Amino acid sequence: MSTFIQTLIVGLRLGSIYALVALGYTMVYGIIRLINFAHGDFIMVGGYTMIFTIPVVLALGLPAWSSALFAILICAVVGMSTELVAYRPIRKRGTSMTALITAIAVSLLLENLAQAIPAIGPNPVVTSQIFSTGGFSISGVTMEWTTVLTIVISAVVMVVLYQFTQKTRLGRAMRCVSEDKEASILMGINVNNTILLTFAIGSGLSAVAALMYIAQYPKVYTTMGAMLGLKAFVAAVLGGIGIIPGAMLGGLIIGLVESFTTSYVSSSMADTFVFLILIVVLVIKPAGILGKNVGEKV
Amino acid sequence: MKKSITKGYIINIAVIAALMVGFELIKSATGDSQTFKLILVPSLWQCCYLIILAASLNLVLGFLGQLSLGHCGFMAIGAYAAALISLACERAGVFADKSSFSFILVLLGCILAAGILAALIGLLVGIPALRLRGDYLAIITLGFGMIIVNIINNLPFAGQEGLSLGSASASLYKNGLGFGTASKVTFVWVAIIVTLICLTMMFMFIRSKYGRAIKAIRDDEIAAAASGINTSYYKIFTFTYSAFFSGVAGALYACANATLSTSSFAFTNGGILNSTFIVVMVVLGGMGSLTGSVISAIIMFILNYEIKNGIWVKSLTGFLGGMFAYPMLVYAIILIVVIMFRPKGIFGTYELSLVNLIKDIKNYRAKKSKKPDKKEAK
Repeated sequence: MSTFIQTLIVGLRLGSIYALVALGYTMVYGIIRLINFAHGDFIMVGGYTMIFTIPVVLALGLPAWSSALFAILICAVVGMSTELVAYRPIRKRGTSMTALITAIAVSLLLENLAQAIPAIGPNPVVTSQIFSTGGFSISGVTMEWTTVLTIVISAVVMVVLYQFTQKTRLGRAMRCVSEDKEASILMGINVNNTILLTFAIGSGLSAVAALMYIAQYPKVYTTMGAMLGLKAFVAAVLGGIGIIPGAMLGGLIIGLVESFTTSYVSSSMADTFVFLILIVVLVIKPAGILGKNVGEKV
Repeated sequence: MKKSITKGYIINIAVIAALMVGFELIKSATGDSQTFKLILVPSLWQCCYLIILAASLNLVLGFLGQLSLGHCGFMAIGAYAAALISLACERAGVFADKSSFSFILVLLGCILAAGILAALIGLLVGIPALRLRGDYLAIITLGFGMIIVNIINNLPFAGQEGLSLGSASASLYKNGLGFGTASKVTFVWVAIIVTLICLTMMFMFIRSKYGRAIKAIRDDEIAAAASGINTSYYKIFTFTYSAFFSGVAGALYACANATLSTSSFAFTNGGILNSTFIVVMVVLGGMGSLTGSVISAIIMFILNYEIKNGIWVKSLTGFLGGMFAYPMLVYAIILIVVIMFRPKGIFGTYELSLVNLIKDIKNYRAKKSKKPDKKEAK
């Protein structure tokens, strides 16, 4: 029983990290209908920013986690410049296929550029402890503070983001643009700025996910975002892409599936099961769990 | 009409025969030198399977208009199938010496079996995957590619460390299809002939009724369906057909390398073989031009070779040197530049045809000489 609960907790923790990344995917996909393959690599950018800023922050006498603020800033800048330099020109001229290929290219570029920078290099870097160690245990089940903080912080971020998209002017503008670009231009919404804002928020979220990730697995390397990003995308598709609660649901399901396969079936088969779920969902209900099927207009 | 087709066959066969004779002459002139054995022949093998890979992905990406990111999965199936069958034959003692006729039969059988197995898996993958399109298809094929590699990793007889370190030992595999330098030189004609046959089959495919149908699907799926084209049948058929050729390419890869490891067939890795690299080749050559795929496969191979072994690369220092230490970075930049400034690729949709070559060049010149006139008139 205690193994079961332990697995459940691990799944929730993983799932909340996936959910945070999936939120970024889902927001970008919802607004420009493009799988931002580079999104996973923004996590890597966030991770390395924290590696470089943690000593600075500690020297100033602040706690280690406050370096995440720098990471959010840098990630948002990287995300916005990706949109400005690569995606916007392609969107104007090319088809959705060329946009997708560009996204893959940007992802490759970020990963390999990071390796080519001498200060980063291909070898993994070990980070210092971010949150305080220790925890508490109830009847054989250990809860670490890191786990608790991960789940709580991501839950708070998700609720805030959901309220932001529902209640504020900017959030409403984002929903309008994702629904109908031409009509929102007529309503006086600056579409390009809204897309830019979406990129900034999505990339900022990936920096928060990077904080959670390296608090749990204190290692940063250049391809850390590739697999994480793909699984988060699976989560976004699973929940229904473009829908914020769907991304949270999908993230949690993927996290739970992964942790249960790891502990009950085989650790090397975990990825297979994650992608198998994606295939089953896409075949049965391509719009995702919370999505609605929309007919095609001719 | 019929006359020009016959003429085309004759011209093409004559040119191929002339090239083969030329190659034999080079072989007899320099056959004993180290450059020929260690550089030229392995390069030819690599070029052969890269050409087949690029052309086969072009069927799906360029002609059908669907992005498949799991192409290396099918290649992995082909490679492992060929290697395992050859191992089994080796253990059964079918080919003791590599010069016998039965060895060539087994070799061709392995290549064919690899292709057919990959095609079967392609069919299984294609039926659910091709119900989706665009982004979803890209992701689902990526997922399938990863699952295939993951399953091969967990097979007891294939193994995580590859065939050289798994349950099948290196020496056994080397006696199977894993060619050493000498066998590579002996059997280089197999690679060339297989590549030529594959290319011919693909050219015939895109010029047939099937090719016209899938081009119609690419241009407008709804209109194609309305005109009576069974879109899902043609899509799945093309996907399977393309998987067959990547299986064949995998078998050639298995021949050219004495060891196999699943990490070579991942979505991205530092090496030359991954699904993204194939996409780069197709986009560079032109989505919708088999000629372009052949040329760009050769270009990318030479580029890769130069980055790995070129003297000029070693003389670079600092950031530039670091850049060339990671070839994928160079490919990513090439991909972005091509997509931004020439989305059609080098050849666009142009196909090279020896019969029409002179006419095409004349037309091109006429077009070029016309352009300045227009400007003057304005």
